[in-house]
Amino acid sequence: MKPISLALAALLFAAAVGVSALVSGQAQTPATTPLVLLSSAGRRALPTTVVNNHEMVALDDLAAAFQLSLRDDALAGGMTVTYKGKTIALMPDQAIASVGGRLVSLPAPVIRDGRRWLVSIDFIPSALALIHDARLDFRRASRLVVIGELRVPRLVVRQEVQGNQVRVTLDASPKTSNTIVQEASRLLVRFDADALDTTIPAVAPHGVVGAIRLTDPGNTIAIVLGPRFGSFRASSVSTDAASTRVIVDLLPAGAPSAPAVPGPQPSQPPQAPAAPAPPELFAPPSTPGVRTVVIDPGHGGAEEGARGPSGSLEKDLTLGVAGKLKAAIENRLGLRALLTRDGDTAVSLDDRAAFANNNRADLFISLHVNASLRKDVTGAEVFYLSPEGYAQARQEAAATASLPTFGGGSREIDLILWEVAQMQHLTQSAALAAVVEEELRAHVPMSGRPVQQAPFRVLVGANMPAILVEMAFLTNAEQEQALSSNEFQNTIAQALVDAIVRFRDAIGRGRPSSSTAPSSRPPGFR
Amino acid sequence: MTRARAFGLILFVLLVAAVGVVLIVLAPQWYGTDQPSARPAAAAANEAMATRKIRATLFYVSEDGQRLVPIEREVPYGEGLLEQAKRIVEAEIGPAPTPLSSALPAGTKLRAVYVSERGDAFVDFSRELVTAHPGGSLNELLTVYSVVDALTANLPAVHAVQLLVDGRDVDTLAGHVDLRRPLPGSKRWVEEPPVAPQTPAAAATSKPRGSE
Repeated sequence: MKPISLALAALLFAAAVGVSALVSGQAQTPATTPLVLLSSAGRRALPTTVVNNHEMVALDDLAAAFQLSLRDDALAGGMTVTYKGKTIALMPDQAIASVGGRLVSLPAPVIRDGRRWLVSIDFIPSALALIHDARLDFRRASRLVVIGELRVPRLVVRQEVQGNQVRVTLDASPKTSNTIVQEASRLLVRFDADALDTTIPAVAPHGVVGAIRLTDPGNTIAIVLGPRFGSFRASSVSTDAASTRVIVDLLPAGAPSAPAVPGPQPSQPPQAPAAPAPPELFAPPSTPGVRTVVIDPGHGGAEEGARGPSGSLEKDLTLGVAGKLKAAIENRLGLRALLTRDGDTAVSLDDRAAFANNNRADLFISLHVNASLRKDVTGAEVFYLSPEGYAQARQEAAATASLPTFGGGSREIDLILWEVAQMQHLTQSAALAAVVEEELRAHVPMSGRPVQQAPFRVLVGANMPAILVEMAFLTNAEQEQALSSNEFQNTIAQALVDAIVRFRDAIGRGRPSSSTAPSSRPPGFR
Repeated sequence: MTRARAFGLILFVLLVAAVGVVLIVLAPQWYGTDQPSARPAAAAANEAMATRKIRATLFYVSEDGQRLVPIEREVPYGEGLLEQAKRIVEAEIGPAPTPLSSALPAGTKLRAVYVSERGDAFVDFSRELVTAHPGGSLNELLTVYSVVDALTANLPAVHAVQLLVDGRDVDTLAGHVDLRRPLPGSKRWVEEPPVAPQTPAAAATSKPRGSE
């Protein structure tokens, strides 16, 4: 008896499987790539299956992703999907969904495969979006479902080889502000967005570009630099009301070109017909030229800074060099030079940046001397701000506010948070750091990392190109002696004056003076 | 006489009452905190944890004083995110393997660790972190990022780290690094084989002269 009933059961099971395979359609193949659900909580993959050329998604997966509760109505043979008291009713083999009593058609019938239910992916925008709290934005082409009010601009990435240089064009829509910074062997184009909706084409290996990829935290495109990379030029422009175009030209080493300064387009005619010419400079609004330099002698008062083996104090050395630099700028260049402190007084870091802002300084140079746990570390370093950690504050600051006006009503204003004023000057600060490093290198020992980015407090609030110069290591006995000498202090002041001249000339001509490439458009910033 | 007796009686009653309070109200509390069931269980768990270790990447100052060196070391296991974060920071404070050194000033103590829902960790140190700090931007960067990188590298739930001192946020430790908000991890001061050019200009002009 037993063997017979077992065989019977096996037979029934086989028949059931066969029938269900027939019913549910022959070809069930998983889709090549899952859909991506993007919310403020992050990314989540949603696997899909292709049945009869329709892309389907399992209700169980949807329920897990969108906090839906599912109730299999055994009597009626249907399925009820509930979300916060709102319901969608589905029937197997019907290409419709009843959303709160309203019928919505689906491109493919609902499939019931045993206990598994499959619905067309259009269920998400056509049915689920109607009952879900957050906005659901289904971007079919990029296989993305944006949940809630996230800023996810569409980004088209193109790469063109132009002789020995490469132009990378990034078209973002809608308009999205962005910053470009170099970080080690990568250029990071960071968009003011929660994520980017983009597919990046494969990049043919080239001497100046290794790869282009989307990088964490999902709003940044990283251009990996190739071995022959020398420098880059970048511009960002609003091509029309709805989009922003970022053009990055990557130039080979040894090319007659500039450090990372907001330069105009290269002089040869752009090969991309769509390229707007001439684009606006990737630069903050500022008046041309350099008229006022604020010099910030580091530390002061009770805050002594680093201390040398013979007892020299950082606060005294920085004040000494600052005085010499101020005199040199006034006498040699005829510019206004102001000190954030002219005696041994404590000044808060915020007040130093505020002093520069209030005096409408065109450049901010903070002078420091360094310290290491090891006595033999030497060399000067030039810093400009690294943007990590400030993105959030900047986003919050970017919101517009309503300002009441006289006579009633209000007007929208753009808020620039003083705290993160430096963010819009990063490219120019990088250029200033580069010329300062070149001038220092000609006269004083440099550290192994001559130019760096760091989240330095004194730079964050400066609303102008700003750098921090570590002139030498006070913990090294020889350098301590040098730092105390007039000769070394004058050499540093001289090198900084030379760098200011080069930077000023560069702004006047639209690029730093190390450049010999002719400019194709009138100089000057907006 | 009767007055003195009455006084003595009152004194006696008060004494008895005081003893009663001690016996009935306070004593159970004193015992309750560390005696009955909690103690053996906790002790056993502690013993088990003391023996359990995890491998973590810690960051110490290199022999040349210029960088952080990532080192795989054993760190006591901590139950849950906060405990594990504490064990990692404590290891950063503790002695480094020769010839490396800890980037945190001697005498610094860890007070507490909190982690917010967004993955921001707040690490509260004793004041020695500031008062005993040797100063200089390089030292300060190494101090800050030894903690930031150790937590972000080992704990995926931690995205950014803010250093606190004596329970409060501070502007900086030594006048340079902005500590007003959580800092994401950065490998900029971590040892890597070749030093990549930092700026286009540096790449375009000449090779670094080195630190001599």
